[in-house]
Amino acid sequence: MLGLLYAVVGGGIRAGTPILYATLGEVIAERAGIVNLGVEGAILAGACAGFITTAHTQNPWLGIAAAALAGGAASLVHAFMVVTLRANQIASGLALMFLCLGVTSFVGRPYVAVKINAVPQLAIPGLSDIPVVGGLFFQHDALVYGAYLLAPLIWIVLTFTKWGLALRAVGERPDVAFAAGLSPAAIQYAAVVAGGILAGLAGAHLSLAYARSWVEGMSNGRGFIAVALVIFATWHPLRSVVGALVFGAVFALQLQIQARGVALSPYFLDMTPYLLTLAGLLLWGRTRRYAMPEALKSVFEGVT
Amino acid sequence: MRRLGSGARHLDCSVTGVYLRLEGITKSFPGILANSNIHLEVGRGEILALLGENGAGKSTLMKVLYGFYRPDAGTISIDGRPVVLDSPSDAIRAGIGMVFQSFMLIPAFSVAENIALALPRLGVWLDSGQIRERLRDLASRYGLAADADAKVWQLSGGEQQRVEILKLLVSGARILILDEPTSVLAPHEVDGLFTVLRTLRDDGYTIVFITHKLREVMAIADRITVLRKGSVVGTVPRDGTSEEDLAEMLVGLRDVRATSFSRAAQASEARTVLSVDDVSVRGERGRAGLSHVSLHVDAGEIGGVAGVTGNGQSELGEVVLGRLSPDHGHVYLEDVDVTRWSTAKILAHGVGVIPEDPLRMGVAPGLTVTENMVLNERRRFMPGAGLYADWRAIRRAIEARIENFGLAIPRLTLPVGTLSGGNVQRLLLLREIGRRPKLLVAFYPTRGLDIAATRMAHDLLVAARNAGAAILVVSEDLDELFALCDRLVVFSRGTVVGTFKSGDVDAVEVGLRMTGGGKREAWSPSPA
Repeated sequence: MLGLLYAVVGGGIRAGTPILYATLGEVIAERAGIVNLGVEGAILAGACAGFITTAHTQNPWLGIAAAALAGGAASLVHAFMVVTLRANQIASGLALMFLCLGVTSFVGRPYVAVKINAVPQLAIPGLSDIPVVGGLFFQHDALVYGAYLLAPLIWIVLTFTKWGLALRAVGERPDVAFAAGLSPAAIQYAAVVAGGILAGLAGAHLSLAYARSWVEGMSNGRGFIAVALVIFATWHPLRSVVGALVFGAVFALQLQIQARGVALSPYFLDMTPYLLTLAGLLLWGRTRRYAMPEALKSVFEGVT
Repeated sequence: MRRLGSGARHLDCSVTGVYLRLEGITKSFPGILANSNIHLEVGRGEILALLGENGAGKSTLMKVLYGFYRPDAGTISIDGRPVVLDSPSDAIRAGIGMVFQSFMLIPAFSVAENIALALPRLGVWLDSGQIRERLRDLASRYGLAADADAKVWQLSGGEQQRVEILKLLVSGARILILDEPTSVLAPHEVDGLFTVLRTLRDDGYTIVFITHKLREVMAIADRITVLRKGSVVGTVPRDGTSEEDLAEMLVGLRDVRATSFSRAAQASEARTVLSVDDVSVRGERGRAGLSHVSLHVDAGEIGGVAGVTGNGQSELGEVVLGRLSPDHGHVYLEDVDVTRWSTAKILAHGVGVIPEDPLRMGVAPGLTVTENMVLNERRRFMPGAGLYADWRAIRRAIEARIENFGLAIPRLTLPVGTLSGGNVQRLLLLREIGRRPKLLVAFYPTRGLDIAATRMAHDLLVAARNAGAAILVVSEDLDELFALCDRLVVFSRGTVVGTFKSGDVDAVEVGLRMTGGGKREAWSPSPA
């Protein structure tokens, strides 16, 4: 039993990492007033680009950089569609998702079952030697530490810096931000691309550290879980960590149950994270709606 | 009163001390010449009132000045140097600050965060200590107290306006433009604003005060520039003019001021049309609700509801119109209990309504003028099963009505959403009064109308009353209520705090009652 708990907590931290990256990215975009349903696609773009780069260079660090770049580039398409062309955010995000799914499946086909140098494990000296705790929290790859350090960093930037203020202002009232001398379009571009970069890192963790392989569609709905998590987290980076850990733990539990040969249909287990998503939306979606940035889903109309 | 120094020196010689100068500003939109060759000068330490009716071009001119619109022709210079204003940030850099009619504040942000947004040289880290200090400074200097940690959505209209002004001051603005600043204020708050503005003027700020209210112009302005149909009619010093002169400049007519209306001869047996009996509605989500409200309006009578917006007037209207079911009490229309009736049934019973938010509740903005005009009278204009409509007859009937009302609608085929707010309001009045209702519930019937149109609207309401209709007018404008109403009910926090017959009460008394006896907190919407 204790072994199961140990595995679920440790596995939850690892499995929660890509979800956390994607959720933080989506928090940034949505706080600037842009919903990016294409985050699923940006994760795939990151996972695929990162894997291909690593496969050719055998350098996972270059792979991570490529993943970030690919995620950012994919989201740039979304930013262009919704900010510049004022396309419908939902439609653009979904289209981007399917586009990325198609492109990565095609480009990634020769790399299925290719072996790569994974992102190395990085035991934190000293801390990792603490019994139990050390193994759980301080023996992960660099991307895991990065995700959990990024959350407070993003919170600080959003809350206490002028950039965060400007970004939140755009997400609340773009007209007010414009009148205050800010450029809502530029800020929204930056936010969506930053969110895409984080989604790309989510993909990098999936293909370069977590699964260490490329499978088409390997993001497996994590992008959509991230979009839902943003709502549970009420657009707050720190609460995103809690949500990502819960979902990570569910993924880990699912693996453990399968590994231990419990007689539960794997199809049912596959559903659990998404059932949890629905349950969460049911519980939180109604009562916490007020926390939503005011301008979300309505792109700044501009001046004529 | 006026301080000696750089500011005061310029006061009497408006030509020599010009700080802000607009020359030959022209701005047109497709089909409309909004500003035509406008010249305007304001000195340092001067309050210039920009007076004009709706559609006179005031707002366009100010948006040009704030960098929202680029003028087709003309130059703007500040302190003798020409400036090009392509965006609000250019305007901010040039020292121009603007208080818009709808506040440019972020409701979810604290006062300090809203102020920080306006700070020109904001460090990377938000220094809340520094912001607080600036706020304290300005608060004591100009009487603009504000709680730095309060969220803006918790503040009253007057408090939000103070935050707006504070924002401009911290951003280093030297030219303050206020667009209809008193429209959000209770009567006694106006004096407070004027005191602040005078102090700012005496400190050398250049202030442009946009309004269409003659009384305010006479109270606050040093000089007055009058706009009509996009052009400057003239600029006069306050001390050499009168409300009558200004009104004449505004509309180009003599005798435009509405004074008093002839009362209808009261029928000896006054028939009660609307009776609201002890109605209560629970207040939800910061709404005031209603608590034991009783009032009645007789045929041939205009009943007024006075109160600051958000004190239960909209709930009262919704209860009367059957949109909101009261928790307690009854509504009677001509002695019939209509408390549980549907809105459709109540309207069909002969009730007309001028809603609070005309563009949302009164008209369908995407439909044409014609379509909107017949929307509530489908049975009359489209007899039978509604499969046939004689559009030519409809158009003729509507054109006749519009002509009677002196409305300038370019084309009946235009979508209503493209008309100005004033024209939408006029169309609504036309439509609802044209139905000859037994009861007309009119929310802010002249909001957004200019003097001439207000006069027409009042004439129409009075004519409807004299023809026997019962009219319930909800308004914040005490002048309007006093001019129109036979009976006045004062609302505060969802209760009736006073019922008066016209002539038994003065505006000060009503003003104090509707704001809870002079304490501003009394009418702030509760944050619940």
